[in-house]
Amino acid sequence: MLNNIQEFYNILPLIIIGGLILVSLIIEMYSESSEKILPWLSIIGFLFVGIYSLVEVGRTSIVLQNMLATGGVVNIFWLIFNITAAIVCLLSINYIKKYGAYYGEYYIIIQTSVLGMMLMAGAKDLIVIFLGLEVMSISFYVLAGFNRNRSSANEASLKYFLLGAFATGFLVYGIALIYGKATTTSIDAISLNFSALSGNVLFLTGVLLFLIGFSFKIAAFPFHMWVPDVYQGSPTTVAGLFSTAGKAAGFSALIVTFAALFGGPHGHLFTPYLSAIAVFSMLFGSIVAIMQTDIKRMLAYSSIAHAGYMLIGLASGNIDGVAGIIFYLAAYSFMNLAAFGIVSILEGKEETNLDLDSYAGLGTRSPFIAGLFALIMFALAGIPPFAGFFGKYYVFIAAIKSDLTWLAMVGILSSMISVYFYLRLVVIMYFKSSETEDKVSYTASEIIAVVIAVVFVIILGLAPGSFIDLVTKFL
Amino acid sequence: MTLEIVLFVIFALVCLVSGILMVTRVNPVISALFLVVNFGSLAGLYLTLNAQFIAVAQVIIYAGAIMVFFLFVIMLINPEHEKRFLEYKPQLKIFAVAIAVLVFLQIAYIILFSKPSEGVSREVAASVKAGTIEQIGRELFTKYVLPFEAVGYLLLSAAIGALVLAKKKFK
Repeated sequence: MLNNIQEFYNILPLIIIGGLILVSLIIEMYSESSEKILPWLSIIGFLFVGIYSLVEVGRTSIVLQNMLATGGVVNIFWLIFNITAAIVCLLSINYIKKYGAYYGEYYIIIQTSVLGMMLMAGAKDLIVIFLGLEVMSISFYVLAGFNRNRSSANEASLKYFLLGAFATGFLVYGIALIYGKATTTSIDAISLNFSALSGNVLFLTGVLLFLIGFSFKIAAFPFHMWVPDVYQGSPTTVAGLFSTAGKAAGFSALIVTFAALFGGPHGHLFTPYLSAIAVFSMLFGSIVAIMQTDIKRMLAYSSIAHAGYMLIGLASGNIDGVAGIIFYLAAYSFMNLAAFGIVSILEGKEETNLDLDSYAGLGTRSPFIAGLFALIMFALAGIPPFAGFFGKYYVFIAAIKSDLTWLAMVGILSSMISVYFYLRLVVIMYFKSSETEDKVSYTASEIIAVVIAVVFVIILGLAPGSFIDLVTKFL
Repeated sequence: MTLEIVLFVIFALVCLVSGILMVTRVNPVISALFLVVNFGSLAGLYLTLNAQFIAVAQVIIYAGAIMVFFLFVIMLINPEHEKRFLEYKPQLKIFAVAIAVLVFLQIAYIILFSKPSEGVSREVAASVKAGTIEQIGRELFTKYVLPFEAVGYLLLSAAIGALVLAKKKFK
């Protein structure tokens, strides 16, 4: 129940996405030209909601009987999810034809997944987190298996579903144990009583199981097994959505549950667990990525490593760490989207041209795309002045402030390892001659999507302070 | 002995015996039928706890809908394959036993060593009132309206997804 009209305006983003899903369903049922209408309708909807969230960022409130928070950091997450989804839709218009499988449901399921993410970021109650996660995950399982004619897509979907359901089991069991001790699912009430509750073994087991469940979703070591196969088997644009908005949603839920503890006496309770999985994710992701020959698998392992860097911010357990993670998530979303976007442009029919060697000679064949890709690789490697550098900078600073200098050192070491495989791709593009002389063909919508993402990477790199100020204002 | 305890003992015994029979049967159809008995006796246990709505939902949803679904799946797939899988990898059984023991130990710990929570009312009248359909409906549409709507979208996305993955032909 809403108490006044202002609360209605505050949850308008959720209402718009919810309505968009229903309208899209009706259009898909009755319209012959839904293939043309749906992508643009989705893009307009996502952009509107994203910009609306940014405009209304100052209106912090807690609505719907303490179930949902709006404004502040929540709206910043909503902005990230919606802009990411809009770029994914823009990339998909042409890609989905090349992929050979069009359903209008593709866009509808992207919309439901975004609705789930938005619920997770705004949740004030463990039930809402769980439901948001399930709405997102079920949409993702379907998106992964979208091309049913290919056995690799079926494998990706089934693998993602089984492991995801397994992770959800951990999560629900954890929530049940937390509820058993705290007798409430309200996150605020649990954080307030944390000192009294933290002596209980069952409660701590519950919180740990909760963390493990989310470690699956954010693709951290040792719960990363599904990542390479799922990214490789699913459509490239969808893999871009998994690795950006999906990861951001997982972190947003961790932030809304744990941020209230940070700065308090229990802020460092889970630092040993978090720093352990951060170290292993970073090193494992960076080292195994070196051995990959498939570009999507390489990006998958790099996404495991980036989850590790972000976990440093969570392990440091202070407000700077949270702000650093949010900046890192925004930067990483745009970097990775641009990377997956370029991969989807270069991908041929029937999932060809995904080998690293097929990028040989791109510097002469298509200098513009090669230039963009090289820039993204520099940004992902964390070379200034791009956004990737400042993302790492902020989380490392947060770790040093919490006396976790060794963790920051491991992070720097792992970044140095990762430079090798990012720059190897640049070397292949510019210094290796290719067998074909084919020009790369692309449509306007695809290249605009990639350019928008690259522009965001550059802006976040040139003016990181304004974004960080916006985030820290609400923490 | 009050009637409540007699009912509890009867339902609990039926529940335990049908559970053991379920996992030890060779024929999966008979296992599934014992699972129905198990669900039914669980519903009885819920009734003795003054949770009428959950008892009814247990019978309608689990014993009714989900079991029909289970039986269809068992009839459609070939259960012989599954049996060979376990014979091929007998060490998988160890994991099953280990997890069962772990969960059992944890529940035993909860029952033997934890105190009842302070926040839960122990008055019979209050618990009867909390279990009525009116009360659940009121909570669902006031306090829990956001989770309620979210569940609606969860089912919608699952239905759309199932259609996409199971639809016969591409356009």
